[in-house]
Amino acid sequence: MTRSIGNPRLPGRRVRVALAAAVALALAGCGGAKVGGTSNGGSNAGASGQCGTVNLAVNPWVGYEADAAVYSYVAQNKLGCTVVKKDLKEQVSWQGFSTGEVDLILENWGHQDLAKKYITDQKVAVDLGQTGNKGIIGWYIPPWLAQAHPDITSWQNLNKYAADFKTSESGGKGQLLDGDPSYVTNDAALVKNLNLDFSVVQGGSETALIQSFRTAEAQKKFFLAYFYEPQWFFNEMKLVRVNLPAYKTGCDADPAKVACDYPPYDLNKVASVKFVDSGSPAAALAKAFNWTNEDQNTVSKYIAVDKMSDDDAAKKWVDANPDKVNAWLAGATASAAPSTS
Amino acid sequence: MATQITVPAAIRRPGRVAGVAMVLVIWLLGWALFRGRDTLTLAPSDTTWVHDRLNDFNDSLSASRNTNPLFLYFFNEIRLVIDHLVTGLQALISQPSFGRPLPLLGWLGVTAIATYVAGVFGNARVAVLTAAGFTMFGLQGLWQESMDTLALTLSALLVALLIGIPLGVWAGLSPRVNKIITPVLDFMQMMPAFVYLAPLTLLFLIGGASAVITTLIYAMPPAIRITGHAIRSVPATTVEATTSLGSTKTQELTKVLLPMARRTIVLGINQAMMAALSMVTIAALIGAPGLGQTVIRALQSLDVGLAFNAGLAIVIMAIVLDRVTTAASQRAELAGRHQGTGALDKIRRPLIIGGGVVTLICVYLSYTYLWAADFPAALGSLSLDLGSVIAKAGDSVSNWAQTNLAGFTGAFKDQVTSFVLDPVQNLLTQSPWWLVVAAILAISALVGGWRAAATSGACLAVILFTGLWADSMATLAMTLVATVLTIAIAVVVGVWMGRSARADGVIRPILDGAQTMPSFVYLVPFLALFAASRFTGIVAAVVFAVPIAIKLIADGIRGVSPTTVEAATAAGSNRWQLITKVQLPMARNSLVLATNQGMIFVLSMVVVAGLVGAGALGFDVVAGFAQDNLFGKGLAAGVAIVMLGIMLDRTTQAAARRTERPAGRH
Repeated sequence: MTRSIGNPRLPGRRVRVALAAAVALALAGCGGAKVGGTSNGGSNAGASGQCGTVNLAVNPWVGYEADAAVYSYVAQNKLGCTVVKKDLKEQVSWQGFSTGEVDLILENWGHQDLAKKYITDQKVAVDLGQTGNKGIIGWYIPPWLAQAHPDITSWQNLNKYAADFKTSESGGKGQLLDGDPSYVTNDAALVKNLNLDFSVVQGGSETALIQSFRTAEAQKKFFLAYFYEPQWFFNEMKLVRVNLPAYKTGCDADPAKVACDYPPYDLNKVASVKFVDSGSPAAALAKAFNWTNEDQNTVSKYIAVDKMSDDDAAKKWVDANPDKVNAWLAGATASAAPSTS
Repeated sequence: MATQITVPAAIRRPGRVAGVAMVLVIWLLGWALFRGRDTLTLAPSDTTWVHDRLNDFNDSLSASRNTNPLFLYFFNEIRLVIDHLVTGLQALISQPSFGRPLPLLGWLGVTAIATYVAGVFGNARVAVLTAAGFTMFGLQGLWQESMDTLALTLSALLVALLIGIPLGVWAGLSPRVNKIITPVLDFMQMMPAFVYLAPLTLLFLIGGASAVITTLIYAMPPAIRITGHAIRSVPATTVEATTSLGSTKTQELTKVLLPMARRTIVLGINQAMMAALSMVTIAALIGAPGLGQTVIRALQSLDVGLAFNAGLAIVIMAIVLDRVTTAASQRAELAGRHQGTGALDKIRRPLIIGGGVVTLICVYLSYTYLWAADFPAALGSLSLDLGSVIAKAGDSVSNWAQTNLAGFTGAFKDQVTSFVLDPVQNLLTQSPWWLVVAAILAISALVGGWRAAATSGACLAVILFTGLWADSMATLAMTLVATVLTIAIAVVVGVWMGRSARADGVIRPILDGAQTMPSFVYLVPFLALFAASRFTGIVAAVVFAVPIAIKLIADGIRGVSPTTVEAATAAGSNRWQLITKVQLPMARNSLVLATNQGMIFVLSMVVVAGLVGAGALGFDVVAGFAQDNLFGKGLAAGVAIVMLGIMLDRTTQAAARRTERPAGRH
């Protein structure tokens, strides 16, 4: 056999020399901080003792992310808890109460059907009170339209402009765009009962709504859509609300006959019974957690517009509002009862 | 002697076209006469008793979760096993573990191992590609997310192959099993994931197991189908030869069938991997960590650049995995023939040993030292953050497109909607349901034969039962328009690619990118260009379906024998005549296959279309996932989508088989 086929010696020696060089280089070039060294410490333990793990559901909107950011920051840094964030939609979050995988929902918009199922029927969840945020749902128009035609903000004048709101999707009538199907709307009934020459088009997602508002403002188009506060988008564009007939208690009892505006929602927190009964300081903090629409919009702006990380945004707000945070902590340590007395 | 007179196929074929035309004319007349009657419409928030019964079932399942033995002993066990697999992989490459703030293997270790594996099972070029791809993840600032996604995808793939390949072999060996399993696979592939996401979290809890099983359901069918096809394609003569030599069934399987099918089985693994990667963003909706999470969060604040950065990482991962498995399949084939693969053969064994040592060193370094474990953000003063550059680039392209193209695209949308989409949709949704059923059955029978018509009839019956007739017809209209657009574009680009190897080289990576880039990434620019409308849904579907159609048509054009092309050119035909009278007709089978696959891929985008204003079944599925009292309706909508898919698939396939037969008689 000639040397060209299968003589391992020659290539082998070259490779071995290269290997030795590589090893030498590696051993020479290594150094520097080791993994698990002093700098990467664990989280500094907070004041009072045992605070376990909190399974926090994070629903996919920026306002909730703001709530979750501030709550986790305070719970982890001031109370020494471990917060496990789970990105889930509302229905799966509530389902998590019954499977024991979700302890806390920080912002709930109504959802009477889920409340009935999990709070009343299965008794695995409990209402933790209001967050202090007021959810305001309604019909909104882009700011240029409110300036150009101020009378459009009253519902009686909508029919006058119905033709201008027409699109390829609205079948000859004006378009009222709805968004994410998670939000219960009375829009179809409203349009019918108020005799409006409009047709509801399902946009399908909040993204569709926001982008449509941006396009309408940029291209000066007539645009009417279902929207809500608190929402980070108001930091970018001050949408104007169209006034429907004022809300009176009971006017939305029959979904088919609704002819009045949406009521303001008192957003509330929901927690699992297991979590509340555990007496953990995190549960007490959740109960005490309370802030205004402005607070949430501020942190939402940090996250969505200024593109800060959740922790940075939370830190910035917490550092600027020490009295509010101290009020929560006072409420938390006061009501964090010891398990045995 | 009596002469047989056979009527040539060319004369018989106009009968079918004329028949379909006549059915359409009668349908139009019926529409004009009975418009608006019996259209079976259902308001977006209304439900039927079928939906309510499904809701009750879901509620009872939820209530019995902690007591039902099926849950306690069966599903829980499955969940535990899969959870351990996923968390184990994550502890290895992506999540902090064992009290350390970082995973066991840092970026250097994982990159070294991946490069080594790619080099050993593939070739040197693929190894370099792998190293470059993995380093890119770090440069984009998405290392941990990419590793989370990789861990999830590999776990799903492992389980999919463990179950799928044996099942595929069985289906390949037994035609009866194949017949039973095919509708199940159809359901698994065509049922939108949104439908079973919430029930899955009920059965398997929130976590790695649910995410893996969601991915698994979509990734297993390609593995099973292609493995079955591989076994069936082993030449019968070879099998006969082995049986005549006296081999048992087991010997036949292990010594003949599997080795000869190895290359196609690796193709099945490749397709399963692509399918698994396409579920990354969907799995993020039930809390699965990784790149999908980044995309969805970016979408909440309409951050196109960030979503594009994450989408690009997914594309890179898909390309790397695709090239590695393809190279592995080529090496498998050549190894089977005892041939070498190139210049590096002679020093292959020392290289393998040497490479192994270097890999071990890298693993040790990344276990111990911070710089090798956590991808550095800067090298001295040189910033290594490519991610924000890419994000900014994505943002500027998107903004440029929105500012400059919006006028043109808006007008285009309006024209296509009023002249193409609205007429088709009105014909389907405003005609009475009995007229539409009759028309579809007639067209099915004419185009595909009586068996296809029977399948269509069964599918339509189920659609009627779901109570979502009007929405199904709207979705059918959008699917048809999207398919026609897809084929129109695919023919033009496919012919170009098939005829020019240079065009192929340039366009193919773009097609790969378009197919693997998560659709959520380009939703926002599309919303800006086309507004929230059915047309936006159609455009998104076309973008997803066009690559496969183009590839199939290009493949078909290339498959036309060069001698035929030469003969035609010698006979004096110019390029246009060559394309329309020789290459396209001879690639007819590829055209029909491209239509079939294009239609299926368009249907798989129905739910995403529902997120951007297409309404109909897609919106119903999204609503079912979002609202508890619409769960039954969402499930019914998913079933309707599967029924539409099966109906269209069987009809086009039967049409394909019928167009083949006349060619066989020449």
